[in-house]
Amino acid sequence: MEWSDTGIVLSARRHGENAAVVSLLTEHHGRHAGLVHGARGRRGRGLYQPGNTLTARWQARLAEHLGRYTCELVRARASLLLDDPPRLAALAAVCALTEATLPERLPYPQVYGATGRLLDTLEASERWAEAVVRWEFALLAELGFGLDLSACAATGAVEDLAYVSPRSGRAVSQEAAGPYAEKLLPLPSFLARPEDTAAAAAADIVAGLRLTGWFFEKHVFAGQGGRMPAARERFIDRIQASTKPLPAAPIVQDP
Amino acid sequence: MTSPAIERLVGHLGKLPGLGPRSARRAALHLLERRESHLEPLLSALRTAAESVRPCTTCGNLDAQDPCAICADPERDRTAICVVEQIADLWALERTLMFRGRYHVLGGLLSALDGIGPEDLAIAGLVARAGAPEVSEIILATSATVDGQTTAHYLTDRLAESGVAISRLAHGLPVGGELDYLDDGTLGTALKARQRLL
Repeated sequence: MEWSDTGIVLSARRHGENAAVVSLLTEHHGRHAGLVHGARGRRGRGLYQPGNTLTARWQARLAEHLGRYTCELVRARASLLLDDPPRLAALAAVCALTEATLPERLPYPQVYGATGRLLDTLEASERWAEAVVRWEFALLAELGFGLDLSACAATGAVEDLAYVSPRSGRAVSQEAAGPYAEKLLPLPSFLARPEDTAAAAAADIVAGLRLTGWFFEKHVFAGQGGRMPAARERFIDRIQASTKPLPAAPIVQDP
Repeated sequence: MTSPAIERLVGHLGKLPGLGPRSARRAALHLLERRESHLEPLLSALRTAAESVRPCTTCGNLDAQDPCAICADPERDRTAICVVEQIADLWALERTLMFRGRYHVLGGLLSALDGIGPEDLAIAGLVARAGAPEVSEIILATSATVDGQTTAHYLTDRLAESGVAISRLAHGLPVGGELDYLDDGTLGTALKARQRLL
């Protein structure tokens, strides 16, 4: 068995002294793991960082074997984000969530394409946090649990959508929510009105992540103890922290 | 056929880093053939280390005394603490002879994949040490990896209230590195962290 594909590194789990079991999100073979000899050596450690794009050649005697990867770097994304705490946290969260939610060896070309575009956005755009929330919506939809934000579930109204039903995953307007508002999940304005050009506030991003998180926990992680990856929780913490200024610490100057 | 005692020795040696079953067999044979010059001294050294070496309760380094020789050394700079992932990193920094402060061993890195959270690392002890009045700088010497820098950013947040200066090791070109042979990530990081000469 042998194939070649392009993939995004999701994780590299140590195996023995120098090898690692590397999990890639590939374009045509989905989330696929393989053993990489020397992955933890001097050359390999930089290569197999989450978010990097590689060309991968997978070989195994039988299709059901773990197999071995031989990879070459196409694009080093992780190293460019190391000094940017929120974006690095987003990268770690995206890779951890993909690793935790997608079944192995099933192609998800839409998720692959969306993840690649999201990682490009992480590098280049100021609106990257909104892109992470939208990517999570797309991931939920690909997994079969898409939310319907097109109209109010109760009245059919398309204006003034402000909540999402935690049960049905459908939007609810402000008017229809009435006394049930406390039991509904807030729908951030940048999702309710995608045509708005104003950048989303950190609180809206957190609300969007809480919204998708609810449905990930309900539908995807329910059988795994209901726990989201810790990297995603740290990402939310970091976005939340960005809404309140940290006490200033003195900056170290070059000696 | 070898005796069970030898097989047991080979089995234990084979679990050491850098040794596989064949090299463990060679090491066992080497030791057994040189009982007085190699085996007995090794046995004695292992016994002494097992009985006396313990983690330092201050920094997490291994030593036969507590606090360890580095923490107890009055000649060392008490204003700077270098935070490392593991003891091997501490030893690597000590080999450079460039850092005369003290250390703090985290015992790992935050890792979602391996289920390592902040409570699994020696972070509370670091926060307590950073609050000491004599400490003015914390150097975060974690790996230049996603996990290493995620941990560094987390520590920066946790240490922010202590008011000490927080720095990290530089990323970029290794000494002797030729551009043509460097990976794109290292080169990109080096470009981002370029320094003005004039």
